Amino acid sequence: MRSIAARPIKKVPALRGRMVVNLFFEASTRTRFSFETAEKWLSADSLNFSVKGSSVEKGESLLDTARNLQAMSPDLIVIRHGSPGVPHFLARHLKAGVVNAGDGAHEHPTQALLDALTIRQRLGRLEGLSVTICGDIAHSRVVRSNIWLLTKMGARVTICGPPTLLPPRIEEMGVTVTTDFDAALDGADVVMMLRMQLERQGHSLFPSLREYFRLYGLDAKRLSRTKAGAIVMHPGPMNRGVEIASDVADSERSVILDQVSNGVAVRMAVLYLLLGGHPWEGES
Amino acid sequence: MTRALLLRGGRVVDPAAGRDGRLDVLLSDGVVAEVGDRIEPGDAEVFDVAGRYVFPGFIDLHAHLREPGREYAETIETGLKAAAAGGFTAVCAMPNTDPVNDVREVCEFVVARGRSAGGSRLYPIAAATRGQKGEEIAAYGELSEAGAVAVSDDGKWLSNGGVLRRAFEHASLFHLRVVQHAEDRTLSEGAPMHEGAVSTRLGLAGQPAIAEAAAVGRDLLVAEQTGGRLHVAHLSTAAALDLVRRGRAAGIDVTCEVTPHHLVLSDEEIAASAFSTRTKMNPPLRETSDLTALAVALSDGTIDAIATDHAPHHADEKAVEFDAAPFGVVGLETAASVVHDRLVARGRLSLERFVALFSAGPARVFGLPGGTLAPGSPADVTVFDPEARWKVEPHRFLSKGRSTPFAGWELSGAPVATIVGGVVIWQRIEL
Repeated sequence: MRSIAARPIKKVPALRGRMVVNLFFEASTRTRFSFETAEKWLSADSLNFSVKGSSVEKGESLLDTARNLQAMSPDLIVIRHGSPGVPHFLARHLKAGVVNAGDGAHEHPTQALLDALTIRQRLGRLEGLSVTICGDIAHSRVVRSNIWLLTKMGARVTICGPPTLLPPRIEEMGVTVTTDFDAALDGADVVMMLRMQLERQGHSLFPSLREYFRLYGLDAKRLSRTKAGAIVMHPGPMNRGVEIASDVADSERSVILDQVSNGVAVRMAVLYLLLGGHPWEGES
Repeated sequence: MTRALLLRGGRVVDPAAGRDGRLDVLLSDGVVAEVGDRIEPGDAEVFDVAGRYVFPGFIDLHAHLREPGREYAETIETGLKAAAAGGFTAVCAMPNTDPVNDVREVCEFVVARGRSAGGSRLYPIAAATRGQKGEEIAAYGELSEAGAVAVSDDGKWLSNGGVLRRAFEHASLFHLRVVQHAEDRTLSEGAPMHEGAVSTRLGLAGQPAIAEAAAVGRDLLVAEQTGGRLHVAHLSTAAALDLVRRGRAAGIDVTCEVTPHHLVLSDEEIAASAFSTRTKMNPPLRETSDLTALAVALSDGTIDAIATDHAPHHADEKAVEFDAAPFGVVGLETAASVVHDRLVARGRLSLERFVALFSAGPARVFGLPGGTLAPGSPADVTVFDPEARWKVEPHRFLSKGRSTPFAGWELSGAPVATIVGGVVIWQRIEL
């Protein structure tokens, strides 16, 4: 799939005549563009349906919205929603396939897949690697999907963040937990920084952004604690100077833009497989 | 005058009267006339209940019948029919209706509707404060006169300690218990499920167990100070249970109830059902360790009653995102069977305690008539078939509510006839 991006004409007919609906209930730039790009390159017909706010606010229930879409017989629905479990809800009520593009703080599976692909590209493997994920763990769907995938593939995952942003008993997901960022960086192969959700600051989950950067911001000095050749990741959008210093984000250790490129390839693979392709046919 | 009724040949289990054996029960003039071996029927109609259990009528301390105000979700009539089908001869109706049951007129309306429905008995629980706003206490005197058996702002914990103190003090004049939905919202923040490993995995906000325990602890202290009578509704955590035990040991007048769903389901059910809103209620489903503690407390007497917290909603209201769904599931038609199947039939709860928790226990909590089949008691009887096997099919419910975490469960044991005031108001078998 990645090779398609390198072609002068970025289009293959694999999903011609298939219809994909991108149903986004939350603001999203990169994930939606990434799915759309993947759909276009595979020649699927895609439809964007963006709704701001919850079903209650817009006066039509999620179920009715979904049923209306179903009436147009889409083959697949890509759903982004602020409420955990909504992809399951849709899957129960619709004939179309459902791809989770992020549901609240629950999961973001294609993000984890593209992260894994990026790590393997750079470091050649996942098994045995030390991966440190730092930031607002409590509200992150990226971290949950990454924990499932990385631990399954044999990586050791360390979760780090301030106590107010660590959900209870996350160690039961098979990870090591610490509030000490420096210790979490020692000997890491991969550092994944999560977005500090500025919009949640009203809840006083952390006293100030300056305090946050001082304790949990990744700068060059801290980065030197990691293994030589360690890579830096971020699912975006970044808050420069909050969770990550600009010189680190733009350094050669950073694979942040590779993640974005790989996102398209991974989503092409997901769409292709779910819409009836075979894994070996599509391999490139 | 209804004809006398002789229940012949059943196994009478009446913990309050210390009776358990194969006996006949004669009901006449609305009361239990006689319990004994081989009673002569005389003019009485004979109801052969051989092979069945004969229990004092089951009493539910906690149901939401939605009328007045949300008749699309349930009415007093449909709620009482569901109660009868679940073996309940009496139901206490929570006051969070629209308008709220905080004045005599609403209370009288509820009582009148219950009478005209003509099935199970209905006892209203009045609001503890005007409009259930938690600010000014309601007029318990006129509410009690109109039939209220307890006061509660159910669904909303009386968080203001001064208001709770006055509620206890005023309620003591009328021997009413104050029922608290124990939830400190500054700790629970209205989260849709229990806080723990499962909420973390699912990315849902969680209510920590201490939100319940902290509320119970505060309530016990105020009850102790005022000599108030406290009833903890739908107690769900081991931590709160421990506080109730300690409070009782210290001489505080505290009672508590648990629901069948908190006894047999844990928060894993939310994950297993893929976020089904049938698993969303408040208090939320807790952890296995809580379930174990609750089961022990059923047997050792710490828990006084099993109550349903029957909370019907329209199907459309529940067919939404987990976060957005209202709390509450129905329970009247499954409660006795679920507890029988999961606890009694599996040897985790004695038959005697089972019966007490559904009859004598709840009767004692609010001082209600019944709870025993001793001669002179109301002729309210639940006939139960321990061998009956049935599948929970919500579309067959008499309640308008269909949302239950027990849908599809196969259960052993079921109420087969419900008798109120000597009249068979519902039955699954022929007379």
